[in-house]
Amino acid sequence: MNKQHLDNTPPKGLRVSLFVTCLADLFRPSVAFASIKLLEQAGCEVTVPLQQTCCGQPTYNTGDYESTIPLARQVIETLEPADYVVAPSGSCAGMICHHYPRLLEGEWRDRALQLAAKTFELTTFLSDIAHIKLNGRVPVKLPTVTYHDSCAGLRELGIKDQPRKLLKELCDTQVTELQQTEVCCGFGGTFCVKMPEISGKMVSDKLNNALATNAKILAGGDLGCLLNIAGRATRQGENIEVRHVAELLCGDLDGPAIGEGK
Amino acid sequence: MQQTSETFLENASEAIKDAGKAQRRDILAQFMPPVRDAAINNFENFEALRQHVKKVQQHSLDNLDHYLAQFEQESVRNGNQVHFARDGDEFNSIVLDICQQHSARRIAKGKSMVTEETGLNDFLQRANLDVMETDLGEYIIQQAGETPSHIVGPALHKSAAEIRELFLEKHDLGPRELAETADLVGEARGVLREHFLNAEVGIIGANALIAENGYSMLVTNEGNGDLCANLPRILIICTTMDRVLPRAEDATAMLRLLVRSATGQPQTCYTSYYSGPRREHDTDGPLETHIVLLDNKRSDILASDYHEMLQCIRCGACLNHCPVYASVGGHAYGWVYPGPMGSILTPLLTSLEQSVALPNACTSCGRCAEVCPTDIPLPDLLRDLRHEEAMEKLSSRPWRQGMKMHAWLLRHPRLYHALTAIGIPILHLLGRKRGSFSRLPMADGWTSQRDFPAPQGKTFMQLYKARNKASRTRADD
Repeated sequence: MNKQHLDNTPPKGLRVSLFVTCLADLFRPSVAFASIKLLEQAGCEVTVPLQQTCCGQPTYNTGDYESTIPLARQVIETLEPADYVVAPSGSCAGMICHHYPRLLEGEWRDRALQLAAKTFELTTFLSDIAHIKLNGRVPVKLPTVTYHDSCAGLRELGIKDQPRKLLKELCDTQVTELQQTEVCCGFGGTFCVKMPEISGKMVSDKLNNALATNAKILAGGDLGCLLNIAGRATRQGENIEVRHVAELLCGDLDGPAIGEGK
Repeated sequence: MQQTSETFLENASEAIKDAGKAQRRDILAQFMPPVRDAAINNFENFEALRQHVKKVQQHSLDNLDHYLAQFEQESVRNGNQVHFARDGDEFNSIVLDICQQHSARRIAKGKSMVTEETGLNDFLQRANLDVMETDLGEYIIQQAGETPSHIVGPALHKSAAEIRELFLEKHDLGPRELAETADLVGEARGVLREHFLNAEVGIIGANALIAENGYSMLVTNEGNGDLCANLPRILIICTTMDRVLPRAEDATAMLRLLVRSATGQPQTCYTSYYSGPRREHDTDGPLETHIVLLDNKRSDILASDYHEMLQCIRCGACLNHCPVYASVGGHAYGWVYPGPMGSILTPLLTSLEQSVALPNACTSCGRCAEVCPTDIPLPDLLRDLRHEEAMEKLSSRPWRQGMKMHAWLLRHPRLYHALTAIGIPILHLLGRKRGSFSRLPMADGWTSQRDFPAPQGKTFMQLYKARNKASRTRADD
């Protein structure tokens, strides 16, 4: 679904509903606050619908469609009044854009498609729709950054250049690319707990490729992958900060990185 | 072939621990994708051809009865005998009958995953026939008593050193070095040449069956298929009925996708069309030709929601791009077809109960679907199989109930936010010093491989509501 052509003018004052995502809500609120800050910097009016919980990927991907359908309807009802819906996660945005229409039928499918047409992952929205600018803010200088392309964002939504472009424009930072960046980190939702050993091999490969870049920070756009990689990094005692790209774009580097102690 | 898909996790664990094989898999996983990409990128409008072939295949499968009948009619007109086999047993019996009618003893066999599926070699060997695989990879694993680990490169799991040891042990050719890879290939060629010349029956597979002229198409890189097809007196072509395409140009269009996706070549070294037995004025070729078409549940697949799986052209690209396949290798999947395509075909061709781990051996990363030359939505089909698993209650009861409870809670936002507002800050307090947990109750799956990062503090919803309340209070003042 290519929505890039929809709107190329900065939507000043447009109402954006933030879909926080369950992982940001529970594990990393700073990602959601950074998202709000960035959207406001891009001139959007941001609201956070309070009825939201989770997009339903865990039950959906585990094959429990019956439990996911009512949840998908709930998400649609919660988010559909917005002009735009933005989520700081490619997989949650992908769930709404691609999988709700596949899961639902009839009137609900139509509503899912309407919601899909106005739902975006954060970096895509900031870069391609809102055309965020520094607006006089001094770019935050970052240490060396490498980037993990999360699978759903990359393949379902075509997120590849957007975060890199934003890091360049807002942080004056060129991403140091890691080998095999488009290969899965082994998270895969429930996959990582169902098949831990295989997942462990995959995340170890991912981490080693990240370490080989000598970057100080590994960034990404999906907390699932980042929790997985950060967990492996602290387990191995590696010295690399794992952070969500929204935090970097905001210059919010004061708090501990994911999985890091105080 | 003894199926071991039920012990997928144990098989995988063993495979991961085998450092030598793991390293070869890693090399392959890094080597193949760029090779395939280069071939696709050098090809003008691959996507258009992909969509075209997919349409042709869907048309062909939608009218399979018609095109199969046409293929049969045309190939019989060319002098072939066509046989239909409902299942593997029937298939093997048909092939054995043909061999026995001609009192054949020696069989030269080309590469065929269909015959792996039916266990043809074992069946013929039990009837005292001498079956020799003639594709180099297949020959190696036959000598080693192993099964293919990859549908295109069956012996990719073996190192040159292992193959050298194997040949020194199996070939009674006196002292020799076999130092170079070329020596290994040369030796296999010598052994196989002898067998080609003595075989009474040749067995090959087919990549496509062409309805309009009754021809079978086969691609190989070694030319062994042509020797199997042309030197012995009898030729048996073994394939499945879903290989039928309406026209010759459809087969060549498919071929352009197949070879680039499989090996990154623009075309294979040999592309052959087999019309039928030797005609009066022909100087060579088999005297009698048979085409044996296997169904083995493919009719059921055609009528099911998994019908797109019949578009699979066995290129192996999904294996080469799958991070799970790269981690565990083909043998872990425990049957004939590994990787993403195998994780769908195995449950469909055997039973979901026996192979329920396979559709779960997927992170939904989507790389397989991205490279699939016939655009099969592999991750969706894998998820649909997991849906069947849930419907048939094949996963454990605590797991299913846990998922249901989780979903129920998510549908009650106030309760969910209230509970997480209690639980998450506690988890934060417990983990804040180190920042993560090395162990957590009921999270062994996670913590066996990595730490569990502690939450940052309160939940976003808590903080956001508090922030809004504060700004409202300020506004009221």
